[in-house]
Amino acid sequence: MKLGLVIDLDTCVGCNACAVACKQWNTSGTTGPLSDLEPYGKDPTGVWFNRIRNYEVGDYPNNKTVHFPMSCMHCEDAACVTVCPTGASYKREEDGIVLVDQDKCMGCNYCAWACPYGARELDREEGVMKKCTLCVDRIYDDNLPEDERKPACVLTCPSHARYFGDFDDPNSEVSVISRERGGESLMPEMGYEPVNKYLPPRAKTHVQKYVNDTNPISKVKDWVNRLVSR
Amino acid sequence: MHPAFSVIFFTVTSGAGYGLFAITALYHGLSEHQVMSSEQILLSSGIALVLITAGLISSTFHLANPKNAWRAISRVRTSWLAREGLLAILFYPIALAYLYLVWSNAAGAVLTGSAILTAVWAIATVFSTGMIYACLKTIRQWNNALTPVNYILLGVMLGAIIYALVASMGEGMTQGVITTSAYIIGLAALSKCVYFFWVGVPAGSTINTATSFTNSMVRLLDVGHTAGTFLTDEFGYQVAHTRLIALRWVVAIFAFALPAIMVWMSLSTLSVTTAYSVALLSAFAGVVIERWLFFAEARHVVNLYHGSQQC
Repeated sequence: MKLGLVIDLDTCVGCNACAVACKQWNTSGTTGPLSDLEPYGKDPTGVWFNRIRNYEVGDYPNNKTVHFPMSCMHCEDAACVTVCPTGASYKREEDGIVLVDQDKCMGCNYCAWACPYGARELDREEGVMKKCTLCVDRIYDDNLPEDERKPACVLTCPSHARYFGDFDDPNSEVSVISRERGGESLMPEMGYEPVNKYLPPRAKTHVQKYVNDTNPISKVKDWVNRLVSR
Repeated sequence: MHPAFSVIFFTVTSGAGYGLFAITALYHGLSEHQVMSSEQILLSSGIALVLITAGLISSTFHLANPKNAWRAISRVRTSWLAREGLLAILFYPIALAYLYLVWSNAAGAVLTGSAILTAVWAIATVFSTGMIYACLKTIRQWNNALTPVNYILLGVMLGAIIYALVASMGEGMTQGVITTSAYIIGLAALSKCVYFFWVGVPAGSTINTATSFTNSMVRLLDVGHTAGTFLTDEFGYQVAHTRLIALRWVVAIFAFALPAIMVWMSLSTLSVTTAYSVALLSAFAGVVIERWLFFAEARHVVNLYHGSQQC
């Protein structure tokens, strides 16, 4: 099994619900609470597994705002696993999820240096590295109803921009949508084979511009419309 | 890359210690007749071991969870940090075995073999330290062959200066010691200059490959947080370009030019002890600044997600 996420950059509206859901789910759970420093202070900061950054793609007037949620890519050849000296960072054989063993981590930050995607953060309160667990404590939890055994971020997305599934199964939702829409890996030149795929924005149809009619009735209608909108 | 002073002190001091031990062992083991007295060899090696130990202890200060530090030698199959830890720990019995042979005035093949093994092990440990940084594809400035080479050469350079200082305070000072230290300073300077030119070449990942939008301009609109994060604290450290260039000149003067001048002056004008003492202080300061620059010049590719166009 090769579990991972597909994130649809076309549909993501940048609401940050996935980041909040992740933060809330991980208040308890396998890695414990994600610490915050000065949450009500001047410079609030803290540990987040999922971060959404916003980019402008293209030049005006053909530009587009793309919202980029990023969490651990659960890479096939994960550099964070290779460089970890204590063996705290490991990739599970059965489902490919990359995890941090909190009992072994010594907080040396080496894995964070090795990760090109910034997936790993040091929890200063606990002194260990933490990262997206792909909600391993949700997806295998038999106490949850079957359709809720997904990562918290996938379940909560209001625009259904996130998908979760098994990339090894060619008929799973993630495999199909990644194939059809051309799911991309980020920074493929690093060679770490990220499993999470990003779907590029679809080509949009051209919207017809408003054409001025020259007859007087259209001109009056035009003037009324502009008056109303002011 | 945020320069952590504990790591800077660790790499410079332990590099100097391993370099000094390697030079001491090679001079002793490879020369036909023993030039330095046994007491001086033990003093030189003792200084080296103190430097190494101080450096290694300092390296544990940058850990956020040091109680698990003993696990750091368990993944030698893949991790250079684990390999460096293992080599550093195993260096002590090897070095102490060599020192026992020195103390008992041994000679012959056993001594030569032990000396060469100790020297090679010391260089291998410094090589592993350099590889910790060089194996990271995410930091382009470090990901080249000159990184471990410079770690070795700068460590050996500091070691050569300390060795000459010890030799000048007793027997063991020969013309060869001075010329060897001059050659090593020159070689280290050359290698570091090549590195400075090499890291300026733009290549590798861009914001386009990082976001998969390779057909258009991509610019950061909003990074998603109003204050810093772990990523910006650790990797967002950026020094003004002019300051970095100025510090390179400081490194060139203090780490290489001034020690070279001191070596030249030790031939006639100054006493060897005085000249090499000044050379050591200057070189140590220069290498500390060089190591600081090594971190400050590094740009992790995660900066591509925080506004950089190219790393």
